[in-house]
Amino acid sequence: MVRVVVPSPLRTLGQVPAEVALEVKGPVTQRTILDALESKYPALCGTIRDHVTKKRRALVRFYACSEDLSNEPMDAPLPEAVAKGEEPYLIVASIAGG
Amino acid sequence: MAKIRVLVGTKKGGFILTSDGKRKNWKVQGPLFTNWEVYHMAGSPADPNRLYASQTSGWFGQVIQRSSDGGKTWETPGGGPTVQDGMPKGEANKFVYEGKVGQHLWYDGSSRNWEFKRVWHLEPSHDDPDVCYAGVEDAALFKTSDGARTWKELPGLRQHATASKWNPGAGGMCLHTILLDGKNPKRLIVAISAAGVFRSDDSGKTWKPANKGLTSDYIPDKNAEVGYCVHKLAQHPSNPDTIFMQLHGGVLRTDDAGGLWKPIAKGLPNDFGFPIAVHAHDPETLYVIPIDPMQGRVPPEGKLRVFRSKDGGKNWKGMTKGLPQENCFVNVLRDAMAVDTMEECGVYFGTTGGQVYVSADGGDSWDAIVQHLPHVLSVEVQTIK
Repeated sequence: MVRVVVPSPLRTLGQVPAEVALEVKGPVTQRTILDALESKYPALCGTIRDHVTKKRRALVRFYACSEDLSNEPMDAPLPEAVAKGEEPYLIVASIAGG
Repeated sequence: MAKIRVLVGTKKGGFILTSDGKRKNWKVQGPLFTNWEVYHMAGSPADPNRLYASQTSGWFGQVIQRSSDGGKTWETPGGGPTVQDGMPKGEANKFVYEGKVGQHLWYDGSSRNWEFKRVWHLEPSHDDPDVCYAGVEDAALFKTSDGARTWKELPGLRQHATASKWNPGAGGMCLHTILLDGKNPKRLIVAISAAGVFRSDDSGKTWKPANKGLTSDYIPDKNAEVGYCVHKLAQHPSNPDTIFMQLHGGVLRTDDAGGLWKPIAKGLPNDFGFPIAVHAHDPETLYVIPIDPMQGRVPPEGKLRVFRSKDGGKNWKGMTKGLPQENCFVNVLRDAMAVDTMEECGVYFGTTGGQVYVSADGGDSWDAIVQHLPHVLSVEVQTIK
Protein backbone atom coordinates (compact mmCIF):
# COMPACT_ATOMS: atom_id res chain seq x y z
CA MET A 1 0.00 0.00 0.00
CA VAL A 2 1.16 3.50 -0.83
CA ARG A 3 0.88 6.06 1.97
CA VAL A 4 -0.32 9.56 1.04
CA VAL A 5 -0.42 12.55 3.39
CA VAL A 6 -3.24 14.97 2.52
CA PRO A 7 -3.09 18.69 3.49
CA SER A 8 -5.44 19.68 6.29
CA PRO A 9 -7.85 21.89 4.25
CA LEU A 10 -8.66 18.91 2.04
CA ARG A 11 -9.24 16.44 4.86
CA THR A 12 -12.54 17.98 5.93
CA LEU A 13 -13.59 18.61 2.36
CA GLY A 14 -12.98 15.07 1.15
CA GLN A 15 -13.71 13.25 4.42
CA VAL A 16 -10.13 12.05 4.21
CA PRO A 17 -7.86 11.02 7.10
CA ALA A 18 -4.52 12.80 7.46
CA GLU A 19 -2.76 9.81 5.97
CA VAL A 20 -4.39 7.57 3.39
CA ALA A 21 -3.33 4.06 2.44
CA LEU A 22 -3.95 3.45 -1.24
CA GLU A 23 -3.68 0.42 -3.45
CA VAL A 24 -2.09 1.68 -6.66
CA LYS A 25 -2.46 -0.39 -9.80
CA GLY A 26 0.54 -0.63 -12.13
CA PRO A 27 3.75 1.33 -11.71
CA VAL A 28 3.74 3.71 -8.75
CA THR A 29 4.07 7.22 -10.19
CA GLN A 30 2.73 10.59 -9.12
CA ARG A 31 -0.03 10.26 -11.70
CA THR A 32 -1.15 6.78 -10.59
CA ILE A 33 -1.13 7.86 -6.95
CA LEU A 34 -3.29 10.92 -7.65
CA ASP A 35 -5.60 8.90 -9.89
CA ALA A 36 -6.12 6.39 -7.07
CA LEU A 37 -6.63 9.13 -4.49
CA GLU A 38 -9.24 10.96 -6.58
CA SER A 39 -10.99 7.70 -7.40
CA LYS A 40 -11.37 6.85 -3.72
CA TYR A 41 -12.21 10.42 -2.67
CA PRO A 42 -13.98 12.13 -5.61
CA ALA A 43 -14.47 15.40 -3.73
CA LEU A 44 -10.73 15.97 -4.18
CA CYS A 45 -11.07 16.05 -7.98
CA GLY A 46 -10.02 19.46 -9.24
CA THR A 47 -8.51 20.59 -5.93
CA ILE A 48 -4.99 19.21 -6.30
CA ARG A 49 -4.75 19.33 -10.09
CA ASP A 50 -6.92 20.74 -12.85
CA HIS A 51 -9.96 18.65 -13.76
CA VAL A 52 -9.16 18.54 -17.48
CA THR A 53 -5.45 19.24 -18.01
CA LYS A 54 -4.39 17.38 -14.83
CA LYS A 55 -1.85 20.18 -14.28
CA ARG A 56 -0.79 20.67 -10.65
CA ARG A 57 -2.43 23.65 -9.04
CA ALA A 58 0.18 26.38 -8.65
CA LEU A 59 0.21 26.49 -4.83
CA VAL A 60 0.18 22.73 -4.27
CA ARG A 61 3.52 20.88 -3.98
CA PHE A 62 4.51 17.20 -3.93
CA TYR A 63 7.30 15.69 -1.82
CA ALA A 64 8.68 12.24 -1.01
CA CYS A 65 11.90 10.97 0.55
CA SER A 66 12.98 14.56 1.33
CA GLU A 67 12.81 15.47 -2.36
CA ASP A 68 10.60 18.09 -4.04
CA LEU A 69 8.87 16.20 -6.85
CA SER A 70 6.50 19.02 -7.84
CA ASN A 71 8.08 19.63 -11.21
CA GLU A 72 9.23 16.09 -11.94
CA PRO A 73 7.54 14.09 -14.75
CA MET A 74 4.22 12.74 -13.49
CA ASP A 75 4.82 9.34 -15.11
CA ALA A 76 8.31 8.78 -13.71
CA PRO A 77 8.54 5.84 -11.27
CA LEU A 78 8.74 6.94 -7.64
CA PRO A 79 11.40 5.62 -5.23
CA GLU A 80 10.88 2.04 -4.07
CA ALA A 81 10.45 3.27 -0.49
CA VAL A 82 7.28 5.11 -1.59
CA ALA A 83 5.99 2.16 -3.60
CA LYS A 84 6.48 -0.14 -0.61
CA GLY A 85 4.86 2.28 1.83
CA GLU A 86 8.04 2.83 3.82
CA GLU A 87 7.96 6.55 3.03
CA PRO A 88 4.81 8.65 2.50
CA TYR A 89 4.00 10.71 -0.58
CA LEU A 90 3.29 14.21 0.71
CA ILE A 91 0.76 16.64 -0.82
CA VAL A 92 1.55 20.03 0.67
CA ALA A 93 -0.18 23.40 0.53
CA SER A 94 2.65 25.81 -0.10
CA ILE A 95 3.23 28.71 2.26
CA ALA A 96 1.99 31.87 0.59
CA GLY A 97 0.61 35.16 1.71
CA GLY A 98 1.33 36.98 4.95
CA MET B 1 -44.26 32.55 12.70
CA ALA B 2 -41.97 33.27 9.81
CA LYS B 3 -38.27 32.56 10.14
CA ILE B 4 -35.43 34.57 8.68
CA ARG B 5 -32.24 32.93 7.51
CA VAL B 6 -29.34 35.19 6.51
CA LEU B 7 -26.59 33.51 4.47
CA VAL B 8 -23.27 35.29 4.87
CA GLY B 9 -20.21 34.54 2.77
CA THR B 10 -16.87 35.78 4.14
CA LYS B 11 -13.18 35.51 3.40
CA LYS B 12 -12.82 32.82 6.07
CA GLY B 13 -15.96 30.76 5.74
CA GLY B 14 -19.73 30.92 5.63
CA PHE B 15 -22.15 31.83 8.40
CA ILE B 16 -25.90 31.36 8.82
CA LEU B 17 -27.78 33.85 11.00
CA THR B 18 -31.32 32.93 12.01
CA SER B 19 -34.13 34.76 13.75
CA ASP B 20 -37.88 34.83 13.98
CA GLY B 21 -39.91 37.46 12.13
CA LYS B 22 -39.21 40.08 14.80
CA ARG B 23 -35.54 40.09 13.74
CA LYS B 24 -34.34 41.07 17.20
CA ASN B 25 -32.68 37.94 18.58
CA TRP B 26 -30.28 36.03 16.36
CA LYS B 27 -28.48 32.71 16.41
CA VAL B 28 -25.14 32.45 14.65
CA GLN B 29 -24.07 29.20 12.97
CA GLY B 30 -20.56 28.90 11.63
CA PRO B 31 -18.00 29.22 10.38
CA LEU B 32 -18.85 26.72 7.67
CA PHE B 33 -16.01 25.63 5.37
CA THR B 34 -13.52 27.23 7.75
CA ASN B 35 -10.66 29.18 6.23
CA TRP B 36 -12.02 28.91 2.69
CA GLU B 37 -13.38 31.99 0.98
CA VAL B 38 -17.14 31.73 0.54
CA TYR B 39 -18.00 34.09 -2.28
CA HIS B 40 -21.72 33.42 -2.23
CA MET B 41 -24.44 31.32 -0.61
CA ALA B 42 -27.98 31.18 -1.96
CA GLY B 43 -31.23 29.39 -1.19
CA SER B 44 -33.73 27.95 -3.64
CA PRO B 45 -37.02 29.85 -3.83
CA ALA B 46 -38.66 26.52 -4.70
CA ASP B 47 -37.30 24.70 -1.65
CA PRO B 48 -35.87 26.84 1.15
CA ASN B 49 -33.99 23.86 2.56
CA ARG B 50 -31.92 23.62 -0.62
CA LEU B 51 -28.87 25.85 -0.33
CA TYR B 52 -25.84 26.26 -2.57
CA ALA B 53 -22.46 27.70 -1.59
CA SER B 54 -19.42 28.74 -3.58
CA GLN B 55 -16.31 27.77 -1.61
CA THR B 56 -13.01 28.81 -3.14
CA SER B 57 -9.33 28.99 -2.36
CA GLY B 58 -6.17 30.26 -4.01
CA TRP B 59 -4.58 26.90 -3.19
CA PHE B 60 -7.26 24.36 -3.98
CA GLY B 61 -9.56 26.10 -6.46
CA GLN B 62 -13.33 25.91 -6.59
CA VAL B 63 -15.70 23.76 -4.54
CA ILE B 64 -19.49 23.79 -4.71
CA GLN B 65 -21.33 22.80 -1.56
CA ARG B 66 -25.00 21.87 -1.32
CA SER B 67 -27.35 21.49 1.61
CA SER B 68 -30.77 19.86 1.55
CA ASP B 69 -31.68 20.58 5.17
CA GLY B 70 -31.38 24.34 5.42
CA GLY B 71 -27.67 24.38 6.16
CA LYS B 72 -27.48 21.81 8.99
CA THR B 73 -25.40 19.47 6.82
CA TRP B 74 -23.51 20.01 3.57
CA GLU B 75 -22.09 17.88 0.81
CA THR B 76 -20.10 18.27 -2.38
CA PRO B 77 -22.64 16.72 -4.77
CA GLY B 78 -21.25 13.52 -6.18
CA GLY B 79 -18.12 13.91 -4.13
CA GLY B 80 -18.57 11.45 -1.30
CA PRO B 81 -16.14 8.58 -0.81
CA THR B 82 -16.48 6.04 -3.60
CA VAL B 83 -18.35 2.90 -2.72
CA GLN B 84 -17.95 0.95 -5.90
CA ASP B 85 -17.54 1.12 -9.67
CA GLY B 86 -15.69 4.40 -9.62
CA MET B 87 -18.82 6.43 -8.90
CA PRO B 88 -19.56 9.16 -7.96
CA LYS B 89 -17.39 11.27 -10.24
CA GLY B 90 -16.80 14.38 -8.17
CA GLU B 91 -17.64 16.94 -10.83
CA ALA B 92 -19.52 19.50 -8.73
CA ASN B 93 -16.53 21.82 -9.13
CA LYS B 94 -15.85 21.07 -12.82
CA PHE B 95 -16.43 24.29 -14.74
CA VAL B 96 -15.12 23.82 -18.28
CA TYR B 97 -15.69 26.35 -21.07
CA GLU B 98 -17.46 24.95 -24.13
CA GLY B 99 -15.75 24.98 -27.52
CA LYS B 100 -13.11 27.53 -28.45
CA VAL B 101 -11.92 29.27 -25.29
CA GLY B 102 -11.06 32.61 -26.92
CA GLN B 103 -9.29 35.68 -25.56
CA HIS B 104 -10.23 38.85 -23.71
CA LEU B 105 -8.37 42.06 -22.95
CA TRP B 106 -5.95 42.18 -20.03
CA TYR B 107 -5.15 45.20 -17.84
CA ASP B 108 -2.24 46.27 -20.04
CA GLY B 109 -4.27 46.05 -23.26
CA SER B 110 -2.84 42.70 -24.33
CA SER B 111 -5.05 39.68 -25.01
CA ARG B 112 -5.25 36.72 -22.67
CA ASN B 113 -6.97 33.33 -22.84
CA TRP B 114 -10.15 32.83 -20.82
CA GLU B 115 -9.27 30.92 -17.63
CA PHE B 116 -11.75 29.70 -15.02
CA LYS B 117 -10.91 31.00 -11.54
CA ARG B 118 -13.96 30.88 -9.27
CA VAL B 119 -17.73 31.14 -8.93
CA TRP B 120 -18.79 34.61 -7.84
CA HIS B 121 -22.56 34.23 -7.77
CA LEU B 122 -25.13 31.44 -7.57
CA GLU B 123 -28.70 32.07 -8.70
CA PRO B 124 -31.13 29.22 -8.01
CA SER B 125 -34.13 28.77 -10.30
CA HIS B 126 -37.47 30.11 -9.13
CA ASP B 127 -39.24 26.78 -9.55
CA ASP B 128 -36.81 23.85 -9.53
CA PRO B 129 -34.44 23.33 -6.60
CA ASP B 130 -32.07 21.25 -8.74
CA VAL B 131 -31.59 24.07 -11.27
CA CYS B 132 -29.09 26.80 -10.48
CA TYR B 133 -27.05 29.27 -12.52
CA ALA B 134 -23.45 30.21 -11.69
CA GLY B 135 -21.67 33.40 -12.70
CA VAL B 136 -17.93 32.82 -12.85
CA GLU B 137 -14.55 34.50 -13.32
CA ASP B 138 -13.31 34.65 -16.11
CA ALA B 139 -16.75 35.79 -17.13
CA ALA B 140 -19.15 33.09 -18.22
CA LEU B 141 -22.53 31.65 -17.27
CA PHE B 142 -22.95 28.03 -16.20
CA LYS B 143 -26.06 26.05 -15.31
CA THR B 144 -26.74 22.87 -13.37
CA SER B 145 -29.95 20.88 -13.76
CA ASP B 146 -29.01 18.08 -11.37
CA GLY B 147 -28.50 19.87 -8.08
CA ALA B 148 -24.85 20.83 -8.79
CA ARG B 149 -23.56 17.35 -9.57
CA THR B 150 -22.55 18.67 -13.00
CA TRP B 151 -22.33 22.11 -14.62
CA LYS B 152 -22.63 23.09 -18.27
CA GLU B 153 -21.75 26.43 -19.80
CA LEU B 154 -24.24 28.52 -21.77
CA PRO B 155 -21.48 29.44 -24.24
CA GLY B 156 -23.37 31.98 -26.34
CA LEU B 157 -22.51 34.71 -23.85
CA ARG B 158 -18.74 34.16 -23.73
CA GLN B 159 -18.68 33.64 -27.49
CA HIS B 160 -20.43 36.96 -28.15
CA ALA B 161 -18.81 39.03 -30.92
CA THR B 162 -17.71 41.68 -28.42
CA ALA B 163 -16.03 39.24 -26.00
CA SER B 164 -12.50 39.97 -27.20
CA LYS B 165 -13.05 43.57 -26.00
CA TRP B 166 -14.13 42.63 -22.46
CA ASN B 167 -11.62 43.37 -19.70
CA PRO B 168 -11.35 42.69 -15.98
CA GLY B 169 -12.21 45.14 -13.24
CA ALA B 170 -9.90 45.41 -10.25
CA GLY B 171 -11.42 42.27 -8.73
CA GLY B 172 -11.16 40.19 -11.89
CA MET B 173 -13.39 39.66 -14.90
CA CYS B 174 -16.38 38.36 -13.04
CA LEU B 175 -19.98 37.64 -13.92
CA HIS B 176 -21.56 38.76 -10.66
CA THR B 177 -25.26 39.34 -11.34
CA ILE B 178 -27.87 36.98 -12.79
CA LEU B 179 -31.47 38.20 -13.04
CA LEU B 180 -34.16 35.62 -13.77
CA ASP B 181 -37.43 37.05 -15.07
CA GLY B 182 -40.35 35.39 -13.32
CA LYS B 183 -42.77 36.64 -15.97
CA ASN B 184 -40.68 35.60 -18.94
CA PRO B 185 -38.78 32.36 -18.29
CA LYS B 186 -36.75 32.73 -21.48
CA ARG B 187 -35.25 36.06 -20.41
CA LEU B 188 -31.92 36.21 -18.59
CA ILE B 189 -30.00 39.36 -17.75
CA VAL B 190 -26.41 39.25 -16.50
CA ALA B 191 -23.78 41.81 -15.56
CA ILE B 192 -20.03 41.49 -15.96
CA SER B 193 -17.27 43.68 -14.58
CA ALA B 194 -15.95 45.23 -16.74
CA ALA B 195 -17.96 44.37 -19.84
CA GLY B 196 -21.46 45.51 -18.93
CA VAL B 197 -25.00 44.18 -19.08
CA PHE B 198 -26.14 41.46 -21.48
CA ARG B 199 -29.65 40.22 -22.16
CA SER B 200 -30.90 36.95 -23.60
CA ASP B 201 -34.49 36.33 -24.69
CA ASP B 202 -33.96 32.70 -25.68
CA SER B 203 -32.94 31.05 -22.41
CA GLY B 204 -29.28 31.96 -22.79
CA LYS B 205 -28.58 30.80 -26.33
CA THR B 206 -27.93 34.27 -27.78
CA TRP B 207 -27.14 37.57 -26.09
CA LYS B 208 -27.18 41.28 -26.81
CA PRO B 209 -25.31 44.02 -24.93
CA ALA B 210 -27.75 46.20 -22.99
CA ASN B 211 -25.58 49.19 -22.14
CA LYS B 212 -27.13 52.08 -24.06
CA GLY B 213 -27.13 55.22 -21.95
CA LEU B 214 -24.13 54.21 -19.83
CA THR B 215 -21.09 56.45 -19.80
CA SER B 216 -17.79 56.08 -18.03
CA ASP B 217 -14.90 58.51 -17.75
CA TYR B 218 -12.43 55.76 -18.55
CA ILE B 219 -14.06 54.87 -21.89
CA PRO B 220 -13.20 57.49 -24.53
CA ASP B 221 -15.84 56.22 -26.98
CA LYS B 222 -19.15 57.58 -25.65
CA ASN B 223 -21.03 55.06 -27.79
CA ALA B 224 -19.02 52.01 -26.74
CA GLU B 225 -21.14 48.87 -26.82
CA VAL B 226 -19.21 47.14 -23.99
CA GLY B 227 -16.49 47.83 -21.44
CA TYR B 228 -18.61 49.18 -18.57
CA CYS B 229 -17.76 48.32 -14.97
CA VAL B 230 -21.24 47.50 -13.73
CA HIS B 231 -21.09 46.81 -10.01
CA LYS B 232 -24.58 45.39 -9.39
CA LEU B 233 -28.15 45.22 -10.70
CA ALA B 234 -31.41 44.91 -8.76
CA GLN B 235 -34.93 44.17 -9.92
CA HIS B 236 -38.37 43.79 -8.34
CA PRO B 237 -40.13 40.56 -9.33
CA SER B 238 -43.44 42.33 -9.99
CA ASN B 239 -41.86 44.75 -12.43
CA PRO B 240 -38.96 42.94 -14.13
CA ASP B 241 -38.50 45.42 -16.99
CA THR B 242 -37.41 48.03 -14.47
CA ILE B 243 -33.85 47.39 -13.33
CA PHE B 244 -31.65 49.54 -11.11
CA MET B 245 -27.87 49.68 -11.48
CA GLN B 246 -24.94 50.68 -9.32
CA LEU B 247 -22.25 51.47 -11.86
CA HIS B 248 -18.59 52.25 -11.19
CA GLY B 249 -19.52 55.91 -11.16
CA GLY B 250 -23.26 56.18 -11.58
CA VAL B 251 -26.64 54.99 -10.33
CA LEU B 252 -29.12 54.35 -13.13
CA ARG B 253 -32.44 52.78 -14.02
CA THR B 254 -33.94 51.23 -17.10
CA ASP B 255 -37.66 50.72 -17.69
CA ASP B 256 -37.33 48.59 -20.79
CA ALA B 257 -35.12 45.73 -19.59
CA GLY B 258 -31.87 47.37 -20.57
CA GLY B 259 -32.96 49.17 -23.74
CA LEU B 260 -31.91 52.53 -22.30
CA TRP B 261 -30.34 53.49 -18.96
CA LYS B 262 -31.10 56.84 -17.30
CA PRO B 263 -29.10 58.40 -14.43
CA ILE B 264 -30.75 58.70 -11.00
CA ALA B 265 -27.76 59.57 -8.79
CA LYS B 266 -28.67 63.23 -8.22
CA GLY B 267 -28.98 63.82 -4.48
CA LEU B 268 -26.46 61.18 -3.40
CA PRO B 269 -23.20 62.26 -1.72
CA ASN B 270 -21.43 60.49 -4.56
CA ASP B 271 -22.38 58.08 -7.30
CA PHE B 272 -19.88 55.32 -6.50
CA GLY B 273 -20.71 52.19 -4.53
CA PHE B 274 -21.17 48.48 -4.96
CA PRO B 275 -24.54 46.98 -3.91
CA ILE B 276 -28.05 48.08 -4.80
CA ALA B 277 -31.34 46.59 -3.58
CA VAL B 278 -35.08 47.04 -4.09
CA HIS B 279 -37.73 46.97 -1.34
CA ALA B 280 -39.65 43.69 -1.26
CA HIS B 281 -43.10 45.29 -1.61
CA ASP B 282 -42.47 48.61 -3.35
CA PRO B 283 -40.76 48.41 -6.75
CA GLU B 284 -39.87 52.12 -6.61
CA THR B 285 -38.10 52.02 -3.23
CA LEU B 286 -34.41 51.31 -3.52
CA TYR B 287 -31.24 51.31 -1.45
CA VAL B 288 -27.60 52.14 -2.15
CA ILE B 289 -24.54 52.64 0.07
CA PRO B 290 -22.35 55.43 -1.33
CA ILE B 291 -18.63 54.85 -1.05
CA ASP B 292 -15.89 57.41 -1.67
CA PRO B 293 -13.70 56.03 -4.45
CA MET B 294 -10.99 58.65 -3.97
CA GLN B 295 -10.37 58.05 -0.25
CA GLY B 296 -9.76 54.31 -0.25
CA ARG B 297 -13.27 53.11 -1.01
CA VAL B 298 -14.78 53.86 2.39
CA PRO B 299 -17.94 55.73 3.43
CA PRO B 300 -17.77 59.48 2.75
CA GLU B 301 -16.70 61.44 5.85
CA GLY B 302 -16.39 58.18 7.81
CA LYS B 303 -20.20 58.00 8.08
CA LEU B 304 -21.87 54.71 7.16
CA ARG B 305 -25.16 55.66 5.53
CA VAL B 306 -27.70 53.71 3.54
CA PHE B 307 -29.43 55.99 1.06
CA ARG B 308 -33.06 55.22 0.30
CA SER B 309 -35.22 56.54 -2.49
CA LYS B 310 -38.98 56.01 -2.30
CA ASP B 311 -39.64 57.40 -5.77
CA GLY B 312 -37.44 55.35 -8.05
CA GLY B 313 -34.36 57.53 -7.72
CA LYS B 314 -35.77 61.06 -7.97
CA ASN B 315 -35.04 61.87 -4.32
CA TRP B 316 -32.67 60.25 -1.83
CA LYS B 317 -32.44 60.31 1.95
CA GLY B 318 -29.56 59.04 4.09
CA MET B 319 -30.52 56.51 6.77
CA THR B 320 -28.20 56.77 9.78
CA LYS B 321 -30.04 55.60 12.91
CA GLY B 322 -28.02 52.75 14.43
CA LEU B 323 -25.15 53.06 11.95
CA PRO B 324 -21.71 54.47 12.89
CA GLN B 325 -21.50 58.16 12.01
CA GLU B 326 -17.85 58.74 12.75
CA ASN B 327 -14.58 56.93 12.10
CA CYS B 328 -16.15 54.22 9.96
CA PHE B 329 -13.82 53.03 7.22
CA VAL B 330 -15.33 49.82 5.90
CA ASN B 331 -16.66 48.93 2.47
CA VAL B 332 -19.81 47.06 1.45
CA LEU B 333 -19.24 44.76 -1.51
CA ARG B 334 -21.52 44.19 -4.48
CA ASP B 335 -23.26 41.02 -3.29
CA ALA B 336 -23.47 42.06 0.35
CA MET B 337 -26.94 43.64 0.53
CA ALA B 338 -30.32 41.91 0.43
CA VAL B 339 -33.92 42.23 1.57
CA ASP B 340 -36.41 39.87 3.19
CA THR B 341 -40.09 39.63 2.26
CA MET B 342 -41.68 40.18 5.67
CA GLU B 343 -44.67 42.52 5.76
CA GLU B 344 -42.34 45.18 7.14
CA CYS B 345 -39.49 44.71 4.70
CA GLY B 346 -36.12 43.93 6.26
CA VAL B 347 -32.91 45.20 4.72
CA TYR B 348 -29.51 43.63 5.41
CA PHE B 349 -25.91 44.35 4.53
CA GLY B 350 -22.45 43.14 5.52
CA THR B 351 -19.19 45.06 5.62
CA THR B 352 -15.54 44.35 5.01
CA GLY B 353 -15.10 44.98 8.74
CA GLY B 354 -17.22 41.95 9.60
CA GLN B 355 -20.44 43.61 10.70
CA VAL B 356 -23.82 42.44 9.42
CA TYR B 357 -26.56 45.02 9.90
CA VAL B 358 -30.33 44.55 9.79
CA SER B 359 -33.12 47.07 9.47
CA ALA B 360 -36.49 45.56 10.36
CA ASP B 361 -38.34 48.73 9.34
CA GLY B 362 -37.44 49.24 5.72
CA GLY B 363 -34.25 51.18 6.42
CA ASP B 364 -35.42 53.66 9.08
CA SER B 365 -33.21 52.16 11.81
CA TRP B 366 -30.43 49.61 12.00
CA ASP B 367 -28.94 47.07 14.41
CA ALA B 368 -25.78 45.00 14.12
CA ILE B 369 -26.59 41.28 14.14
CA VAL B 370 -22.90 40.45 14.45
CA GLN B 371 -19.89 42.75 14.77
CA HIS B 372 -16.78 40.67 14.30
CA LEU B 373 -17.12 38.24 11.43
CA PRO B 374 -14.35 38.03 8.82
CA HIS B 375 -14.47 40.37 5.79
CA VAL B 376 -18.00 39.91 4.39
CA LEU B 377 -18.22 39.04 0.69
CA SER B 378 -21.94 38.37 0.33
CA VAL B 379 -25.29 38.48 2.12
CA GLU B 380 -28.47 36.70 1.03
CA VAL B 381 -31.73 36.41 2.93
CA GLN B 382 -34.41 33.73 3.01
CA THR B 383 -37.86 34.42 4.41
CA ILE B 384 -39.31 31.07 5.47
CA LYS B 385 -43.05 31.22 6.09
